[in-house]
Amino acid sequence: MKFLVFVEQRDTVIKKSSCETVRAARNLADVLGAECIAVLIGSGVEAGAPGLGQYGASRVLVLDDPALAKHSSTAYARAIASVAAAEAADIVFLPASQMGKDLAPRVAVKLHAGLAADCIALRADNGTIIATRPVYAGKALLDVRVTSPVKVFTLRPNVFPATVAQGTATVQKADVALSPDDFGAVVTNVDVAVGRPDVTEADIVVSGGRGMKAPEHFALIEALAEVLRAGVGASRAVVDAGWRPHDEQVGQTGKTVSPALYIACGISGAVQHLAGMSSSKYIVAINKDKDAPIFQAADYGIVGDVFEILPELTAQLKQTLGT
Amino acid sequence: MKIVVCVNHVPDTETRVKVGADGLSIDRTGVNFMLAPYDEIAVEEALRMREKFAGDVTVMSLGNEKHKETLRKALAMGADKAILLKDDGVRDSHGVAAGLAAALKPLAPDVILFGKQSIDYDDAQVGTLVAEMLSLPSVGVAVKIDIQDRKAVCVREIEGGHEIVELKLPAVFLAQKGLNDPRYPSLKGIMAAKNKPIEEQIALAAAPLVETVAMRTPPAKAAGRIVGTDKSAVSELIRLLHEEAKVI
Repeated sequence: MKFLVFVEQRDTVIKKSSCETVRAARNLADVLGAECIAVLIGSGVEAGAPGLGQYGASRVLVLDDPALAKHSSTAYARAIASVAAAEAADIVFLPASQMGKDLAPRVAVKLHAGLAADCIALRADNGTIIATRPVYAGKALLDVRVTSPVKVFTLRPNVFPATVAQGTATVQKADVALSPDDFGAVVTNVDVAVGRPDVTEADIVVSGGRGMKAPEHFALIEALAEVLRAGVGASRAVVDAGWRPHDEQVGQTGKTVSPALYIACGISGAVQHLAGMSSSKYIVAINKDKDAPIFQAADYGIVGDVFEILPELTAQLKQTLGT
Repeated sequence: MKIVVCVNHVPDTETRVKVGADGLSIDRTGVNFMLAPYDEIAVEEALRMREKFAGDVTVMSLGNEKHKETLRKALAMGADKAILLKDDGVRDSHGVAAGLAAALKPLAPDVILFGKQSIDYDDAQVGTLVAEMLSLPSVGVAVKIDIQDRKAVCVREIEGGHEIVELKLPAVFLAQKGLNDPRYPSLKGIMAAKNKPIEEQIALAAAPLVETVAMRTPPAKAAGRIVGTDKSAVSELIRLLHEEAKVI
């Protein structure tokens, strides 16, 4: 058996979610006796290839082409499917990042493969693979089996550990010929804010809700986030009120997050919000209403005034962490 | 301009999900269904495109008779006509996409819109599957779509930022929150929707490629610990996060 893992890079830097995906694929490959191959696509990306060995890739196929410097879902998908076909890969893994979600369906159709998207667990079961994926924004879990000969899985970022181990990867050139017709959709510009991590990628997320009372009070959330180098999230209520941008919304109609630590400030915990964050490893709730549903989901709670607690928490952490 | 919006009929976001008797899907008892929120944004975008470029807006849904409620809502918002691809069974994403693609192809739309995901099975994959099946370019998670001379310049969300994506029509667009604020159907729109046609077709059969083994609810969490009720609790909270949870 052969597993092929698509490795995402941005500006030649390999994304953590891809390292997680390589490691998860390798762990499964060890159980099933499969080879774990990575495919790295972009321009000037070859230097990053050998490092994938420490996440478990035994071989890295590199497609280095100036035309592929920026993402093109159509061209990247063509390249991945070509490599998968040439290698006769049984399974293709991709991170369920925005790029991975853009590519996986195209790769699956080209390979006549079934696709299990946004998986949070994989296990071998009598030679087949059972994947677990959250549905209804995590209110339920589905165990699925892909029944087609070739299979595609995307793995949710921040769930599988990117464990490092001794290992070296052989680096080879991927032999893929792309034509201008393959570039049906092309990215012409990328604008990524530096500094604060996205809520879906952050190890820690600090989130605010209606209990913050006014948009300007989110400065307290941002200050805590800065000390913790955390992402900033928001409840639907404050996004709908226009206090925060929609890309910060956590919940069923926003982003689903699974950081190591989620700090909910002035968030009551509506069902649709809980759905988006309950897979966080640890949850802290700060809310003055002791009956707020958020305390049911929280590991640690402070029943108190966010305007009193937050500045104190920020100040003490600043001292402890020296940030 | 010929615009088709593919919409889904999903449980509303306040639903408390219970696993049904089959152990494979949710218990639908007492669950309210609605036009999926991202699909509503897609319908709104289609209506705005029609206002700008003229043409017509068709809404399409694959599923049982109940999907007519959702199609009716989209018609009340202002879509011109609706197509229901009838299927009473359960399909995987591939099966839904294959059914939609087969029905879309003869229509040859200039623009096909989807919501970025359906909020039930949360695959976020059907729109792009359809695009690939029809050999069309696509943009996922679009927060801005500018069309000029059959070329679209779009802004799409990525982790921590945005990408500008360029593509030519015909193309598929997946709507994200922020693209627009969907209108409420007017009383006039609701009345008019009653007389708009809903064409029924039998959805193309498609063999499943993904099989559901089980549905379950996530393990219930033990009640959390209340650390305190004022700022004197902060130092204890930090100690717990550091020593017990080991997350800072």
